Amino acid sequence: MPEHSLKPLCPLGHAAPETVTVGPVTVTEVVTTALASVATRRGREDDVARAAAGAGIPLPLPGAAQDGAPYGAFWLGPDQWMVEAPFDSHEDIAAILRPVFGDAASITEQTDAWVRLDVTGPDLPALFERLCNFDLRRHGPGSATRTMMEHLGCYMVVRATDTVSVIGPRSSAHSLHHALITAANSAF
Amino acid sequence: MTERRIPGGQIDRSRTLRFTFDGLPYTGHPGDTLASALLANGVQLMGRSFKYHRPRGPISAGSEEPNAIVELRSGARREPNTRATVAELFDGLVATSQNRWPSLKFDAMAINDRLSPFFAAGFYYKTFMWPASFWEKIYEPIIRRAAGLGSLSTEADPDDYDKGFLHCDLLIIGAGPAGLSAALTAGRAGARVILADEDFRMGGRLNAETHQVAQGAGADWATLTVAELRTMPNVRLMTRTTVLGAMDHGIYAAVERVSDHFSVPVAGKPRQILWRIYATRAILAAGAIERPIAFENNDRPGIMLAGALRAYANRWGVAVGTRVAVFTNNDDGLRTATDLMAAGVTVAAIIDTRVGGRIVPGTRHIKGAEVIDTTGRLGLSGVTIRHADGKVESLSVNALGVSGGWNPNLNLSSHHRGRPVWNDDIAAFVPPLDGVAGLTAVGAAAGAMSTHAALATGAAQAVQALSALGMNAPAPDLPLAEDAPVEITPHWYVHSGKGRAWIDQQNDVTVKDIKLAHQENFVSVEHLKRYTTLGMATDQGKTSNVLGLAVMAELTGKTIPQTGTTIYRPPYTPVAMGALAGRSRGAEFKPTRHTPSHVWAAEQGAVFVEVGMWLRTQWLPRPGETTWRQSVDREVSQTRRSVGICDVTTLGKIDIQGTDAGAFLDRVYANTFSSLAVGKVRYGLMLREDGIVMDDGTTARMGTNEYVMTTTTANAVPVFRHLEYCRQVLWPDMDVQLISTTEAWAQFSVAGPNARKLLQKLVDQDIANEAFPYMACGAITVCGGLRARLFRISFSGELAYEIAVPTRYGDAMIRALVEAGREFDAVVYGTEALGVMRVEKGHVAGNELNGQSTALNMGLGKMVSKKKDAIGMVLSQRDGLTRDDGLRIVGVRPVDPTHSLTAGAHFLRPGAEAVAENDDGWLTSVVFSPNLGHAIALGYLKNGTARLGERLRAVNLLAKTEVEVEIVSPHFIDPEGDRLRA
Repeated sequence: MPEHSLKPLCPLGHAAPETVTVGPVTVTEVVTTALASVATRRGREDDVARAAAGAGIPLPLPGAAQDGAPYGAFWLGPDQWMVEAPFDSHEDIAAILRPVFGDAASITEQTDAWVRLDVTGPDLPALFERLCNFDLRRHGPGSATRTMMEHLGCYMVVRATDTVSVIGPRSSAHSLHHALITAANSAF
Repeated sequence: MTERRIPGGQIDRSRTLRFTFDGLPYTGHPGDTLASALLANGVQLMGRSFKYHRPRGPISAGSEEPNAIVELRSGARREPNTRATVAELFDGLVATSQNRWPSLKFDAMAINDRLSPFFAAGFYYKTFMWPASFWEKIYEPIIRRAAGLGSLSTEADPDDYDKGFLHCDLLIIGAGPAGLSAALTAGRAGARVILADEDFRMGGRLNAETHQVAQGAGADWATLTVAELRTMPNVRLMTRTTVLGAMDHGIYAAVERVSDHFSVPVAGKPRQILWRIYATRAILAAGAIERPIAFENNDRPGIMLAGALRAYANRWGVAVGTRVAVFTNNDDGLRTATDLMAAGVTVAAIIDTRVGGRIVPGTRHIKGAEVIDTTGRLGLSGVTIRHADGKVESLSVNALGVSGGWNPNLNLSSHHRGRPVWNDDIAAFVPPLDGVAGLTAVGAAAGAMSTHAALATGAAQAVQALSALGMNAPAPDLPLAEDAPVEITPHWYVHSGKGRAWIDQQNDVTVKDIKLAHQENFVSVEHLKRYTTLGMATDQGKTSNVLGLAVMAELTGKTIPQTGTTIYRPPYTPVAMGALAGRSRGAEFKPTRHTPSHVWAAEQGAVFVEVGMWLRTQWLPRPGETTWRQSVDREVSQTRRSVGICDVTTLGKIDIQGTDAGAFLDRVYANTFSSLAVGKVRYGLMLREDGIVMDDGTTARMGTNEYVMTTTTANAVPVFRHLEYCRQVLWPDMDVQLISTTEAWAQFSVAGPNARKLLQKLVDQDIANEAFPYMACGAITVCGGLRARLFRISFSGELAYEIAVPTRYGDAMIRALVEAGREFDAVVYGTEALGVMRVEKGHVAGNELNGQSTALNMGLGKMVSKKKDAIGMVLSQRDGLTRDDGLRIVGVRPVDPTHSLTAGAHFLRPGAEAVAENDDGWLTSVVFSPNLGHAIALGYLKNGTARLGERLRAVNLLAKTEVEVEIVSPHFIDPEGDRLRA
């Protein structure tokens, strides 16, 4: 990326990402992922599938997420995905993806629209049952959904049995973080 | 005080718990309820009745309790109207009686009891009719003080409450023999099971009876079963959890009392959790509730339901009385006598209303007899019996167990309005056939009254429920258990004397009240309920409804099913408001949204204002400024003189792409966007279908098939939702993709004569007027290469830009702008200054976009293109909306510049009376213009455009202000727009 003089700030308002541990649960602010939405243009499903396959971009089914290098993705809506890539190499992710899909898909940078809080611990369902109606006990690694936590619309991506990414509105990062910590204190 | 403990029971006698009731110290044991512990201490008097202040003790041992209603804890944690019969005893519990003055034993309000002839059903309706104005201010407060329950602490609840979500294949409500049997069957089959019970100990009636199950004590079987269930990872056991209601689509509400059995919750832990349980199938195993027989003075402390009397003996090791009688119309009542005798309690007599049937040995079993009256002031001292031959006998007893039969606890099964069905065999209502979809009753809740029937129906319905889910559950071998038939001869109330026989003890409804209701033709069940208040108390008439109905049936000469029944509504038992609020209270009532410049603004001491969930900078005080106006005037003046910076991230941003993006915008906006050149911005007006303005904002064409729409802060979500609706539902054939980017970009307005000079220091490209003219937009880079967007648009009327960078750089950007602006004396301004400048420029905002105004009202009528169809275009042309003398936006200034204006003031012609007919419109937005040196306003005025120069009165009847004003152009500053284009 070109050099510039501006220093980024993390969603929780500090220069470095925060990590908080409550009992067996750790909540980590993750700022190393670039995000872009990829939405198929009308009638271009095959072109999008072909382009994605060529570039190694997964296009998971509804309710699913797929990790990969450099690209991971989770399902957002009909013919729409959120593509993830390492921030360091893909900061301008929309500019990188546009040539891949050409005019077959609409690409929008989403990196800074969200705060990503990774929650790790051995019994995450006990935590999230106090926050949202996503049935974590029945949805294992590779699942993804949109849900509400304390009035905030969030994505949840199950990375592993003991790791869930909560991807919520960046401007409410404090509120979301507080809700997670409060629920962790309550549950454990 | 008499110690009433007897051997046995499921209490831990190795530990002693200390508690107080009305200030007196007592002791109990783990496993006790407040009621069982008080009874063990010889305390029967626990409350006063609602209306007559009659002395009352518990009649039950469960959540159906109408009488033993107390306040628990003290200070901010004081909780009124809790049932002593389910309050789990803990060390240090402070309990207080309520609805009495000055004390429970001597209650001066008991005068009401003497005056009872005046307080019959309908008393209030008949008495407090006149004068009507007295009701609210005089009668009601007096009545409320005299009759009532506990009082609130009026302090904030110091505890936390959680809300949560659970999922299961099978929810089992109640952990008695039927529920345990169902759970065991489903659990062994591998189904996801939630077994919830309101009690702190699972087992239901097995804990209260001496029944044998599998050749051992029933309570032991329950313990072993719970232990097995505990080993199953697919089964969740939830004690202290009341399922409150059957909601829609298999969702059940439940409250788990996590910390109610501690004096103070463990730090960080909630007091209670309100669970929303998503259950594919549910089983109602809530057991049955015993009902009394009504007879004169049947409400004295010491008179209890027979099942409760033996529950206190069997489960809690408490003999409620030392010399006991039992009054029953069914065989189950006889168990109380046999159990108590086995426990060594003297049973003076069984008064059995039936003539036939078996005789219980070891006591006087009097057949065909009735209890016709009782004695005792604060507790029972004797009963009067009328034998079959009419002979009357007095018997000295200090406890009486009464059984009129058992009602299946079908409460939840009628939450979807299903009507319970009468079953003659058990003389009770059973759950409706058209009850809650997916919910099946088992055991006593279904009218299957024996232990064997409970175990069998529980298992069978679990098998059936799982089979409906495609799961195969083997039917279990049932443990051996009693299977006695229900032997009952209905006997509802004792016809005798002129005294009062209580039906609904919590609301003080007597047989006489029912008779009065009948006499006055309130015979429909719903009328009966409301006229007498039968079943309307906090216990929802769990022990009284069927009895009241039976009395009415007898009076009308109809059967009970012909008379009807009332149904139940959630919640099953009262719920603390805190549980319903959950975490949404105080500062956490809702989430907050921080702007990208929040950290910087907070460092500067900014004053923030809530705008929806956003916290925006309202103004930034400087040292020496003592009023907000000084700060705002400075921010406005500095911006107009040189340059100002404002965080405008909160405005909604919607990324609109697709080959039909332009055509899509033409349909959602009143004006045209498909013709907008790439690299240009246009102001757009969005109408509702009814022609009223929905929102406004600018939309920039970033590429051939790519637009960025901005919305007002307030409407960011509604507009996005509207566009999605249009895309998905109205025009699914269009190739349009939408996504919100509001939070992805930190956006700052840079406005004022020096805006370009300031920005050029940061923007890597040339933004001279020729290269980047008014209403241009484009992708740029800043500060040496960071991707950014620039829009040359203006809300203030100044030469202005909005610059957007990825949000993580927003903090750095505001710092860079402030630094770069230092040489120009740049200022950062807040929403107040923003508002002042937009009013000075005559731009509409929220106060004008009030949901009842058209483009024409706003002076923007020409923006509604007739050359194309767009949402709202047709209806905006309705006659009533296009009349020439309709409201038009105008500017307003006070004739005397020293006068201030009040928003909301209405226009009146000179001399016109201040009545609605003379209303000419109103002031929508009022600010002080530091540039003009006086107040200015925007307003909607009838035929306003034609009335420039006219003098009117701005009258505000609420604020009691009246100011003479002159109608002027709404464009106070730079009406020609030269500054914008500079």
